[in-house]
Amino acid sequence: MAQKLIFYLFAIITLWSAVMVITRKNPVHAVLFLVLTFGTSAALWILLEAEFLGIALILVYVGAVLVLFLFVVMMLDIDLAALRAGFVHNLPLALLIAAVMATEILLLVGSSEFGLEQFPKPAPLGAEIDNTRELGRLLYTVHVYPVEIAAVILLLAIVAAIRLTLRRRSDHRSPDPARQIRVERSERIRLVKMSPEDVSPLAPASCPENSTASN
Amino acid sequence: MSELWNSLLRLIQILIGIAAILLPLLAVVAYYTYAERKVIGYIQIRIGPNRVGWRGLLQPIADAVKLLMKEIVIPSQADKTLFLLAPLIAIVPALSVWAVFPFDLGLVLADINAGLLYILALSSLGVYGIIIAGWSSNSKYALLGAMRSAAQMVSYEIAMGFALVGVLVAAGSLNLGMIVEAQKGHLFTWFWLPLLPLFGVYLISGVAETNRAPFDVAEGESEIVAGFHVEYSGMAFAVFFLAEYANMVLISALTALMFFGGWLSPLPSAWTGDHWLLGDGFHWLLLKTFFFMFLFLWLRATFPRYRYDQIMRLGWRVFIPMTIVWILVVGLAVVYRLPPWWSV
Repeated sequence: MAQKLIFYLFAIITLWSAVMVITRKNPVHAVLFLVLTFGTSAALWILLEAEFLGIALILVYVGAVLVLFLFVVMMLDIDLAALRAGFVHNLPLALLIAAVMATEILLLVGSSEFGLEQFPKPAPLGAEIDNTRELGRLLYTVHVYPVEIAAVILLLAIVAAIRLTLRRRSDHRSPDPARQIRVERSERIRLVKMSPEDVSPLAPASCPENSTASN
Repeated sequence: MSELWNSLLRLIQILIGIAAILLPLLAVVAYYTYAERKVIGYIQIRIGPNRVGWRGLLQPIADAVKLLMKEIVIPSQADKTLFLLAPLIAIVPALSVWAVFPFDLGLVLADINAGLLYILALSSLGVYGIIIAGWSSNSKYALLGAMRSAAQMVSYEIAMGFALVGVLVAAGSLNLGMIVEAQKGHLFTWFWLPLLPLFGVYLISGVAETNRAPFDVAEGESEIVAGFHVEYSGMAFAVFFLAEYANMVLISALTALMFFGGWLSPLPSAWTGDHWLLGDGFHWLLLKTFFFMFLFLWLRATFPRYRYDQIMRLGWRVFIPMTIVWILVVGLAVVYRLPPWWSV
Protein backbone atom coordinates (compact mmCIF):
# COMPACT_ATOMS: atom_id res chain seq x y z
CA MET A 1 0.00 0.00 0.00
CA ALA A 2 2.63 2.49 1.12
CA GLN A 3 4.89 1.23 -1.66
CA LYS A 4 2.18 1.92 -4.24
CA LEU A 5 1.68 5.43 -2.93
CA ILE A 6 5.42 6.08 -3.14
CA PHE A 7 5.52 4.63 -6.65
CA TYR A 8 2.72 6.85 -7.92
CA LEU A 9 4.23 9.91 -6.24
CA PHE A 10 7.59 9.40 -7.92
CA ALA A 11 6.05 8.31 -11.23
CA ILE A 12 3.98 11.49 -11.42
CA ILE A 13 6.99 13.66 -10.60
CA THR A 14 9.08 11.81 -13.20
CA LEU A 15 6.53 12.36 -15.97
CA TRP A 16 5.87 15.97 -15.01
CA SER A 17 9.55 16.89 -14.87
CA ALA A 18 10.25 15.04 -18.13
CA VAL A 19 7.60 17.18 -19.82
CA MET A 20 9.10 20.28 -18.21
CA VAL A 21 12.53 19.42 -19.64
CA ILE A 22 11.29 19.91 -23.20
CA THR A 23 8.89 22.78 -22.56
CA ARG A 24 11.00 25.16 -20.44
CA LYS A 25 12.29 28.17 -22.31
CA ASN A 26 15.36 28.56 -20.14
CA PRO A 27 17.93 25.83 -20.88
CA VAL A 28 19.28 25.91 -17.30
CA HIS A 29 15.80 25.20 -15.97
CA ALA A 30 15.47 22.38 -18.49
CA VAL A 31 18.69 20.75 -17.28
CA LEU A 32 17.58 21.09 -13.67
CA PHE A 33 14.30 19.38 -14.51
CA LEU A 34 16.33 16.63 -16.17
CA VAL A 35 18.17 16.25 -12.86
CA LEU A 36 14.82 15.88 -11.12
CA THR A 37 13.72 13.31 -13.69
CA PHE A 38 16.84 11.24 -13.12
CA GLY A 39 16.48 11.53 -9.36
CA THR A 40 12.92 10.27 -9.36
CA SER A 41 13.78 7.52 -11.88
CA ALA A 42 16.46 6.38 -9.47
CA ALA A 43 13.83 6.28 -6.74
CA LEU A 44 11.64 4.09 -8.98
CA TRP A 45 14.54 1.70 -9.54
CA ILE A 46 15.17 1.48 -5.83
CA LEU A 47 11.50 0.59 -5.39
CA LEU A 48 12.16 -2.30 -7.83
CA GLU A 49 14.94 -3.51 -5.47
CA ALA A 50 17.58 -2.43 -7.98
CA GLU A 51 19.28 -0.19 -5.46
CA PHE A 52 22.70 -0.49 -7.05
CA LEU A 53 21.42 0.75 -10.40
CA GLY A 54 19.41 3.49 -8.73
CA ILE A 55 22.35 4.81 -6.76
CA ALA A 56 24.67 4.45 -9.74
CA LEU A 57 22.23 6.51 -11.80
CA ILE A 58 22.45 9.30 -9.23
CA LEU A 59 26.21 8.97 -8.89
CA VAL A 60 27.11 8.86 -12.58
CA TYR A 61 24.41 10.86 -14.33
CA VAL A 62 23.23 13.34 -11.72
CA GLY A 63 26.53 13.69 -9.87
CA ALA A 64 28.85 13.95 -12.85
CA VAL A 65 27.32 14.04 -16.34
CA LEU A 66 24.58 16.56 -15.65
CA VAL A 67 26.93 18.77 -13.65
CA LEU A 68 29.01 19.09 -16.81
CA PHE A 69 25.83 19.66 -18.82
CA LEU A 70 24.85 22.46 -16.50
CA PHE A 71 28.38 23.79 -16.67
CA VAL A 72 28.17 24.10 -20.45
CA VAL A 73 24.60 25.39 -20.58
CA MET A 74 25.37 28.16 -18.09
CA MET A 75 28.22 29.36 -20.27
CA LEU A 76 26.06 29.51 -23.38
CA ASP A 77 24.27 32.66 -24.32
CA ILE A 78 21.39 31.21 -26.27
CA ASP A 79 19.15 33.46 -28.32
CA LEU A 80 15.83 31.71 -27.83
CA ALA A 81 13.95 33.87 -30.29
CA ALA A 82 16.25 32.78 -33.13
CA LEU A 83 15.90 29.14 -32.10
CA ARG A 84 12.12 29.32 -32.18
CA ALA A 85 11.87 31.31 -35.39
CA GLY A 86 10.90 28.45 -37.72
CA PHE A 87 8.80 26.53 -35.21
CA VAL A 88 5.42 26.73 -36.96
CA HIS A 89 6.97 26.30 -40.37
CA ASN A 90 8.78 23.10 -39.41
CA LEU A 91 6.01 21.70 -37.26
CA PRO A 92 4.36 19.38 -39.85
CA LEU A 93 7.66 17.74 -40.79
CA ALA A 94 8.62 17.39 -37.14
CA LEU A 95 5.29 15.79 -36.29
CA LEU A 96 5.69 13.35 -39.19
CA ILE A 97 9.17 12.30 -38.04
CA ALA A 98 7.97 12.00 -34.45
CA ALA A 99 5.07 9.79 -35.58
CA VAL A 100 7.42 7.54 -37.58
CA MET A 101 9.78 7.21 -34.63
CA ALA A 102 6.97 6.50 -32.20
CA THR A 103 5.66 3.76 -34.49
CA GLU A 104 9.12 2.26 -34.80
CA ILE A 105 9.57 2.24 -31.05
CA LEU A 106 6.15 0.73 -30.50
CA LEU A 107 6.84 -1.99 -33.09
CA LEU A 108 10.18 -2.85 -31.54
CA VAL A 109 9.28 -2.68 -27.87
CA GLY A 110 5.52 -2.37 -27.92
CA SER A 111 3.04 -3.85 -25.54
CA SER A 112 3.52 -7.30 -27.13
CA GLU A 113 7.07 -7.35 -25.80
CA PHE A 114 6.27 -6.27 -22.27
CA GLY A 115 3.66 -7.00 -19.68
CA LEU A 116 3.29 -9.63 -17.00
CA GLU A 117 2.97 -12.48 -19.57
CA GLN A 118 6.43 -11.88 -21.03
CA PHE A 119 8.06 -10.95 -17.72
CA PRO A 120 6.44 -12.68 -14.77
CA LYS A 121 6.91 -10.78 -11.56
CA PRO A 122 10.09 -12.09 -9.92
CA ALA A 123 9.89 -13.23 -6.34
CA PRO A 124 11.26 -10.44 -4.12
CA LEU A 125 14.71 -11.34 -2.88
CA GLY A 126 15.40 -11.05 0.79
CA ALA A 127 17.35 -8.24 2.38
CA GLU A 128 20.32 -10.57 2.80
CA ILE A 129 20.91 -10.75 -0.97
CA ASP A 130 23.51 -8.16 -1.85
CA ASN A 131 22.39 -6.43 -5.02
CA THR A 132 25.87 -5.16 -5.85
CA ARG A 133 27.51 -8.54 -5.38
CA GLU A 134 24.93 -10.34 -7.52
CA LEU A 135 25.22 -7.77 -10.28
CA GLY A 136 29.01 -7.99 -10.23
CA ARG A 137 28.90 -11.77 -10.34
CA LEU A 138 26.60 -11.72 -13.38
CA LEU A 139 28.54 -9.00 -15.20
CA TYR A 140 31.91 -10.68 -14.79
CA THR A 141 30.85 -14.27 -15.43
CA VAL A 142 27.83 -14.63 -17.69
CA HIS A 143 28.15 -11.30 -19.50
CA VAL A 144 31.90 -10.85 -19.36
CA TYR A 145 32.44 -10.43 -23.14
CA PRO A 146 29.80 -7.75 -23.68
CA VAL A 147 31.18 -5.91 -20.63
CA GLU A 148 34.73 -6.05 -21.94
CA ILE A 149 33.65 -4.95 -25.42
CA ALA A 150 31.68 -2.05 -23.98
CA ALA A 151 34.71 -1.07 -21.90
CA VAL A 152 36.96 -1.07 -24.96
CA ILE A 153 34.44 1.01 -26.93
CA LEU A 154 34.28 3.54 -24.11
CA LEU A 155 38.05 3.68 -23.90
CA LEU A 156 38.17 4.25 -27.64
CA ALA A 157 35.67 7.07 -27.31
CA ILE A 158 37.76 8.70 -24.57
CA VAL A 159 40.95 8.48 -26.60
CA ALA A 160 39.21 9.80 -29.71
CA ALA A 161 37.61 12.68 -27.83
CA ILE A 162 40.91 13.69 -26.28
CA ARG A 163 42.70 13.41 -29.62
CA LEU A 164 40.09 15.55 -31.33
CA THR A 165 40.15 18.33 -28.75
CA LEU A 166 43.85 18.31 -27.98
CA ARG A 167 45.63 20.85 -30.10
CA ARG A 168 48.92 22.49 -29.51
CA ARG A 169 49.14 26.12 -30.45
CA SER A 170 52.56 27.48 -31.13
CA ASP A 171 51.67 30.90 -29.69
CA HIS A 172 50.25 29.46 -26.50
CA ARG A 173 52.17 30.05 -23.31
CA SER A 174 51.24 28.34 -20.09
CA PRO A 175 53.09 27.72 -16.85
CA ASP A 176 54.36 24.25 -16.16
CA PRO A 177 53.33 23.48 -12.57
CA ALA A 178 55.71 20.54 -12.33
CA ARG A 179 58.63 22.87 -13.02
CA GLN A 180 57.20 25.56 -10.79
CA ILE A 181 57.05 23.42 -7.70
CA ARG A 182 60.54 22.07 -8.29
CA VAL A 183 61.90 25.59 -8.22
CA GLU A 184 64.76 26.18 -5.79
CA ARG A 185 65.31 29.21 -3.69
CA SER A 186 68.67 29.79 -5.33
CA GLU A 187 66.97 30.33 -8.72
CA ARG A 188 64.82 33.18 -7.43
CA ILE A 189 66.73 34.91 -4.68
CA ARG A 190 70.31 36.10 -4.63
CA LEU A 191 71.69 37.31 -1.36
CA VAL A 192 74.11 40.14 -1.83
CA LYS A 193 76.59 41.24 0.71
CA MET A 194 76.49 44.99 1.11
CA SER A 195 78.49 47.35 3.14
CA PRO A 196 76.37 49.16 5.71
CA GLU A 197 74.91 52.40 4.49
CA ASP A 198 76.17 55.70 5.66
CA VAL A 199 74.25 56.42 8.85
CA SER A 200 75.77 59.78 9.62
CA PRO A 201 73.25 62.52 10.56
CA LEU A 202 71.29 63.61 7.55
CA ALA A 203 72.53 66.70 5.94
CA PRO A 204 71.25 68.09 2.65
CA ALA A 205 74.70 67.71 1.11
CA SER A 206 74.97 63.98 1.91
CA CYS A 207 71.85 63.00 0.00
CA PRO A 208 73.43 62.29 -3.40
CA GLU A 209 76.12 60.19 -1.75
CA ASN A 210 73.47 58.08 -0.04
CA SER A 211 71.66 57.31 -3.23
CA THR A 212 74.84 56.20 -4.97
CA ALA A 213 75.79 54.01 -2.02
CA SER A 214 72.49 52.14 -2.07
CA ASN A 215 72.90 51.37 -5.72
CA MET B 1 -5.56 -1.47 9.62
CA SER B 2 -2.95 -2.92 11.96
CA GLU B 3 -0.50 -2.88 9.05
CA LEU B 4 -1.07 0.83 8.61
CA TRP B 5 -0.69 1.34 12.35
CA ASN B 6 2.59 -0.58 12.31
CA SER B 7 3.99 1.47 9.46
CA LEU B 8 2.93 4.63 11.32
CA LEU B 9 4.82 3.44 14.40
CA ARG B 10 7.82 2.68 12.22
CA LEU B 11 7.57 6.18 10.73
CA ILE B 12 7.57 7.77 14.18
CA GLN B 13 10.52 5.59 15.15
CA ILE B 14 12.45 6.77 12.08
CA LEU B 15 11.59 10.41 12.77
CA ILE B 16 12.90 10.10 16.33
CA GLY B 17 16.05 8.49 14.92
CA ILE B 18 16.51 11.38 12.49
CA ALA B 19 16.09 13.91 15.29
CA ALA B 20 18.55 11.99 17.47
CA ILE B 21 21.16 12.24 14.70
CA LEU B 22 20.53 15.73 13.36
CA LEU B 23 20.17 17.71 16.59
CA PRO B 24 23.59 16.69 17.99
CA LEU B 25 25.03 17.10 14.50
CA LEU B 26 23.78 20.68 14.26
CA ALA B 27 25.17 21.37 17.74
CA VAL B 28 28.54 19.98 16.63
CA VAL B 29 28.40 22.12 13.49
CA ALA B 30 27.60 25.25 15.51
CA TYR B 31 30.49 24.67 17.87
CA TYR B 32 32.76 23.65 15.01
CA THR B 33 32.54 27.24 13.77
CA TYR B 34 33.50 28.40 17.26
CA ALA B 35 36.35 25.87 17.42
CA GLU B 36 37.55 27.04 14.03
CA ARG B 37 37.80 30.65 15.15
CA LYS B 38 39.45 29.67 18.41
CA VAL B 39 41.94 27.21 16.91
CA ILE B 40 42.94 29.48 14.04
CA GLY B 41 43.11 32.32 16.53
CA TYR B 42 45.59 30.50 18.70
CA ILE B 43 47.59 29.33 15.69
CA GLN B 44 47.90 32.96 14.65
CA ILE B 45 48.63 34.06 18.26
CA ARG B 46 45.25 35.72 18.77
CA ILE B 47 42.60 34.85 21.32
CA GLY B 48 39.62 34.43 19.05
CA PRO B 49 36.04 35.10 20.18
CA ASN B 50 35.98 35.80 23.91
CA ARG B 51 33.19 38.28 24.57
CA VAL B 52 29.87 36.39 24.44
CA GLY B 53 29.61 34.04 27.40
CA TRP B 54 32.49 32.44 29.26
CA ARG B 55 35.48 32.44 26.90
CA GLY B 56 33.16 33.22 24.04
CA LEU B 57 31.29 29.93 24.36
CA LEU B 58 27.96 31.50 23.43
CA GLN B 59 29.38 33.03 20.25
CA PRO B 60 27.75 30.51 17.84
CA ILE B 61 24.35 31.25 19.38
CA ALA B 62 24.91 34.98 19.06
CA ASP B 63 25.92 34.45 15.43
CA ALA B 64 22.83 32.37 14.75
CA VAL B 65 20.55 35.03 16.26
CA LYS B 66 22.31 37.73 14.27
CA LEU B 67 21.90 35.82 11.01
CA LEU B 68 18.25 35.09 11.77
CA MET B 69 17.51 38.78 12.28
CA LYS B 70 19.19 39.88 9.05
CA GLU B 71 17.31 40.66 5.91
CA ILE B 72 17.58 38.21 3.02
CA VAL B 73 18.46 40.37 0.04
CA ILE B 74 17.47 39.02 -3.35
CA PRO B 75 19.29 40.60 -6.31
CA SER B 76 16.89 42.34 -8.69
CA GLN B 77 17.68 40.23 -11.77
CA ALA B 78 18.09 36.96 -9.87
CA ASP B 79 16.13 33.83 -10.61
CA LYS B 80 14.18 34.07 -7.38
CA THR B 81 12.99 30.47 -7.04
CA LEU B 82 16.38 28.95 -7.72
CA PHE B 83 18.09 31.59 -5.62
CA LEU B 84 16.09 30.51 -2.57
CA LEU B 85 16.19 26.83 -3.48
CA ALA B 86 20.00 26.66 -3.77
CA PRO B 87 20.81 26.71 -0.02
CA LEU B 88 18.28 23.92 0.50
CA ILE B 89 19.81 21.86 -2.30
CA ALA B 90 23.17 22.33 -0.62
CA ILE B 91 22.07 21.26 2.84
CA VAL B 92 19.70 18.37 2.11
CA PRO B 93 22.40 15.97 0.81
CA ALA B 94 24.76 17.11 3.57
CA LEU B 95 22.23 16.03 6.19
CA SER B 96 20.66 13.00 4.51
CA VAL B 97 23.97 11.12 4.12
CA TRP B 98 23.94 10.60 7.88
CA ALA B 99 21.05 8.15 7.48
CA VAL B 100 23.41 5.28 6.68
CA PHE B 101 26.21 6.30 9.01
CA PRO B 102 26.85 3.68 11.73
CA PHE B 103 27.78 5.22 15.08
CA ASP B 104 28.44 1.94 16.86
CA LEU B 105 27.95 -1.76 16.23
CA GLY B 106 24.39 -1.92 14.87
CA LEU B 107 23.63 1.67 15.84
CA VAL B 108 22.52 2.97 12.44
CA LEU B 109 19.30 4.47 11.13
CA ALA B 110 19.26 2.65 7.76
CA ASP B 111 21.55 -0.37 7.56
CA ILE B 112 21.65 -0.69 3.78
CA ASN B 113 23.99 -2.91 1.80
CA ALA B 114 25.15 -0.18 -0.57
CA GLY B 115 25.90 2.34 2.19
CA LEU B 116 29.20 3.52 0.78
CA LEU B 117 27.68 4.00 -2.66
CA TYR B 118 24.78 5.93 -1.14
CA ILE B 119 27.16 8.31 0.62
CA LEU B 120 29.20 8.81 -2.53
CA ALA B 121 26.07 9.46 -4.60
CA LEU B 122 24.51 11.92 -2.17
CA SER B 123 27.68 13.85 -1.51
CA SER B 124 28.06 14.27 -5.27
CA LEU B 125 24.75 16.17 -5.24
CA GLY B 126 26.07 18.93 -2.99
CA VAL B 127 27.68 20.63 -5.97
CA TYR B 128 24.24 21.53 -7.34
CA GLY B 129 23.58 23.90 -4.47
CA ILE B 130 26.76 25.76 -5.31
CA ILE B 131 26.23 25.84 -9.08
CA ILE B 132 22.61 26.92 -8.79
CA ALA B 133 23.51 29.59 -6.25
CA GLY B 134 26.21 30.92 -8.54
CA TRP B 135 24.04 30.98 -11.61
CA SER B 136 20.80 32.25 -10.10
CA SER B 137 22.45 35.21 -8.33
CA ASN B 138 23.03 36.85 -11.71
CA SER B 139 26.42 38.06 -10.57
CA LYS B 140 29.77 37.63 -12.27
CA TYR B 141 31.67 36.77 -9.12
CA ALA B 142 29.08 34.22 -8.09
CA LEU B 143 29.11 32.59 -11.52
CA LEU B 144 32.90 32.42 -11.54
CA GLY B 145 32.88 30.81 -8.12
CA ALA B 146 30.26 28.29 -9.22
CA MET B 147 32.23 27.38 -12.33
CA ARG B 148 35.42 26.88 -10.39
CA SER B 149 33.70 24.81 -7.78
CA ALA B 150 31.90 22.63 -10.32
CA ALA B 151 35.12 21.80 -12.15
CA GLN B 152 36.96 21.18 -8.92
CA MET B 153 34.32 19.00 -7.31
CA VAL B 154 33.80 16.87 -10.40
CA SER B 155 37.56 16.32 -10.70
CA TYR B 156 38.14 15.40 -7.10
CA GLU B 157 35.06 13.23 -6.92
CA ILE B 158 36.78 10.80 -9.27
CA ALA B 159 39.86 10.52 -7.08
CA MET B 160 37.63 10.22 -4.02
CA GLY B 161 35.52 7.53 -5.64
CA PHE B 162 38.61 5.53 -6.59
CA ALA B 163 39.94 5.82 -3.04
CA LEU B 164 36.63 4.40 -1.83
CA VAL B 165 36.87 1.59 -4.40
CA GLY B 166 40.11 0.63 -2.66
CA VAL B 167 38.30 0.54 0.68
CA LEU B 168 35.53 -1.57 -0.74
CA VAL B 169 38.00 -4.02 -2.28
CA ALA B 170 39.80 -4.26 1.05
CA ALA B 171 36.64 -4.73 3.10
CA GLY B 172 34.74 -6.83 0.55
CA SER B 173 31.55 -4.93 1.31
CA LEU B 174 29.77 -1.65 0.66
CA ASN B 175 28.06 -1.73 4.03
CA LEU B 176 29.73 0.76 6.35
CA GLY B 177 29.26 -1.42 9.43
CA MET B 178 30.93 -4.34 7.65
CA ILE B 179 33.79 -2.08 6.56
CA VAL B 180 34.49 -1.28 10.21
CA GLU B 181 34.15 -4.91 11.25
CA ALA B 182 36.65 -5.90 8.54
CA GLN B 183 39.28 -3.78 10.32
CA LYS B 184 38.82 -5.54 13.64
CA GLY B 185 41.99 -6.12 15.62
CA HIS B 186 44.18 -3.28 16.73
CA LEU B 187 45.73 -0.02 15.52
CA PHE B 188 47.77 -1.75 12.80
CA THR B 189 45.01 -3.87 11.35
CA TRP B 190 43.02 -0.77 10.47
CA PHE B 191 42.98 0.12 6.80
CA TRP B 192 45.09 3.25 7.07
CA LEU B 193 48.26 1.19 6.84
CA PRO B 194 47.62 -1.00 3.77
CA LEU B 195 45.64 1.81 2.13
CA LEU B 196 47.96 4.64 3.12
CA PRO B 197 48.08 6.34 -0.33
CA LEU B 198 44.32 6.03 -0.67
CA PHE B 199 43.88 7.47 2.80
CA GLY B 200 45.95 10.50 1.83
CA VAL B 201 44.08 10.92 -1.44
CA TYR B 202 40.72 10.58 0.30
CA LEU B 203 41.51 13.12 2.97
CA ILE B 204 42.91 15.70 0.56
CA SER B 205 40.08 15.14 -1.91
CA GLY B 206 37.70 15.53 1.01
CA VAL B 207 39.18 18.94 1.76
CA ALA B 208 38.82 19.84 -1.93
CA GLU B 209 35.25 18.48 -2.10
CA THR B 210 34.15 20.65 0.80
CA ASN B 211 35.77 23.68 -0.83
CA ARG B 212 37.94 24.32 2.19
CA ALA B 213 41.29 26.04 2.30
CA PRO B 214 43.76 25.43 0.66
CA PHE B 215 41.26 24.42 -2.05
CA ASP B 216 38.76 27.22 -1.45
CA VAL B 217 38.96 28.78 -4.91
CA ALA B 218 35.15 28.66 -5.08
CA GLU B 219 35.06 31.36 -2.40
CA GLY B 220 38.45 32.91 -3.05
CA GLU B 221 37.93 36.07 -1.00
CA SER B 222 40.96 37.79 -2.44
CA GLU B 223 39.95 37.15 -6.05
CA ILE B 224 36.19 36.85 -6.37
CA VAL B 225 34.96 38.35 -3.07
CA ALA B 226 33.03 35.36 -1.73
CA GLY B 227 32.46 33.30 -4.84
CA PHE B 228 29.17 31.49 -5.19
CA HIS B 229 27.51 32.97 -2.08
CA VAL B 230 28.50 36.58 -2.60
CA GLU B 231 24.86 37.66 -3.04
CA TYR B 232 23.51 35.71 -0.10
CA SER B 233 22.72 37.22 3.27
CA GLY B 234 21.02 36.28 6.52
CA MET B 235 19.73 32.75 6.94
CA ALA B 236 20.21 31.88 3.26
CA PHE B 237 23.93 32.41 3.74
CA ALA B 238 23.88 30.59 7.08
CA VAL B 239 22.39 27.50 5.46
CA PHE B 240 25.32 27.33 3.00
CA PHE B 241 27.63 27.70 5.94
CA LEU B 242 25.89 24.88 7.81
CA ALA B 243 26.07 22.62 4.76
CA GLU B 244 29.80 23.22 4.37
CA TYR B 245 30.52 22.45 8.01
CA ALA B 246 28.21 19.43 8.05
CA ASN B 247 30.15 18.12 5.05
CA MET B 248 33.44 18.66 6.86
CA VAL B 249 32.16 16.70 9.85
CA LEU B 250 30.98 13.98 7.48
CA ILE B 251 34.33 13.68 5.69
CA SER B 252 36.12 13.52 9.05
CA ALA B 253 33.73 10.89 10.36
CA LEU B 254 34.00 8.84 7.17
CA THR B 255 37.79 8.96 7.27
CA ALA B 256 37.66 7.71 10.83
CA LEU B 257 35.21 5.01 9.81
CA MET B 258 36.90 3.71 6.70
CA PHE B 259 40.58 4.09 7.47
CA PHE B 260 40.78 4.28 11.24
CA GLY B 261 38.44 1.56 12.41
CA GLY B 262 35.44 3.68 13.39
CA TRP B 263 34.34 2.71 16.88
CA LEU B 264 37.09 0.09 17.27
CA SER B 265 39.60 0.55 20.05
CA PRO B 266 43.27 0.90 19.02
CA LEU B 267 44.21 -1.76 21.58
CA PRO B 268 43.69 -5.46 20.81
CA SER B 269 40.50 -6.74 22.39
CA ALA B 270 42.52 -9.48 24.13
CA TRP B 271 44.06 -6.77 26.32
CA THR B 272 41.03 -4.63 27.01
CA GLY B 273 38.14 -7.09 27.05
CA ASP B 274 34.86 -5.22 27.36
CA HIS B 275 36.28 -2.32 29.30
CA TRP B 276 33.92 0.67 29.09
CA LEU B 277 36.69 3.09 28.16
CA LEU B 278 39.45 1.06 26.53
CA GLY B 279 37.16 -1.36 24.70
CA ASP B 280 35.31 -0.59 21.46
CA GLY B 281 32.74 2.13 21.63
CA PHE B 282 31.22 5.28 20.22
CA HIS B 283 33.72 7.46 22.08
CA TRP B 284 36.56 6.18 19.89
CA LEU B 285 34.69 7.20 16.76
CA LEU B 286 34.06 10.61 18.29
CA LEU B 287 37.71 11.02 19.22
CA LYS B 288 38.95 10.07 15.75
CA THR B 289 36.36 12.29 14.08
CA PHE B 290 37.37 15.25 16.23
CA PHE B 291 40.99 14.69 15.29
CA PHE B 292 40.22 14.91 11.56
CA MET B 293 37.94 17.88 12.15
CA PHE B 294 40.88 19.58 13.85
CA LEU B 295 43.04 18.67 10.85
CA PHE B 296 40.70 20.65 8.59
CA LEU B 297 41.30 23.76 10.70
CA TRP B 298 45.00 23.09 10.96
CA LEU B 299 45.29 22.83 7.17
CA ARG B 300 43.38 26.06 6.71
CA ALA B 301 45.66 27.95 9.09
CA THR B 302 48.82 26.50 7.58
CA PHE B 303 48.61 26.49 3.80
CA PRO B 304 48.08 29.32 1.32
CA ARG B 305 45.42 28.88 -1.34
CA TYR B 306 46.26 26.59 -4.24
CA ARG B 307 46.35 28.11 -7.67
CA TYR B 308 43.56 26.86 -9.91
CA ASP B 309 45.69 25.06 -12.53
CA GLN B 310 47.68 23.37 -9.79
CA ILE B 311 44.49 22.08 -8.21
CA MET B 312 43.55 20.49 -11.51
CA ARG B 313 47.03 19.07 -11.95
CA LEU B 314 47.00 17.55 -8.48
CA GLY B 315 43.58 15.98 -9.01
CA TRP B 316 44.01 14.58 -12.49
CA ARG B 317 47.69 13.90 -12.84
CA VAL B 318 48.71 12.88 -9.34
CA PHE B 319 45.73 11.52 -7.44
CA ILE B 320 43.85 9.59 -10.08
CA PRO B 321 46.89 7.61 -11.38
CA MET B 322 47.96 7.01 -7.78
CA THR B 323 44.59 5.57 -6.77
CA ILE B 324 44.35 3.36 -9.85
CA VAL B 325 47.77 1.86 -9.15
CA TRP B 326 46.98 1.33 -5.51
CA ILE B 327 43.63 -0.36 -6.24
CA LEU B 328 45.63 -2.95 -8.21
CA VAL B 329 48.03 -3.36 -5.28
CA VAL B 330 45.15 -3.81 -2.84
CA GLY B 331 43.47 -6.25 -5.20
CA LEU B 332 46.63 -8.38 -5.34
CA ALA B 333 47.03 -8.19 -1.55
CA VAL B 334 43.44 -9.37 -1.05
CA VAL B 335 43.78 -12.19 -3.59
CA TYR B 336 47.03 -13.45 -2.04
CA ARG B 337 45.68 -12.95 1.51
CA LEU B 338 48.40 -10.64 2.75
CA PRO B 339 48.65 -10.96 6.55
CA PRO B 340 47.64 -9.51 8.95
CA TRP B 341 44.82 -7.75 7.14
CA TRP B 342 43.49 -10.46 4.88
CA SER B 343 45.02 -13.60 6.40
CA VAL B 344 41.65 -15.22 7.23
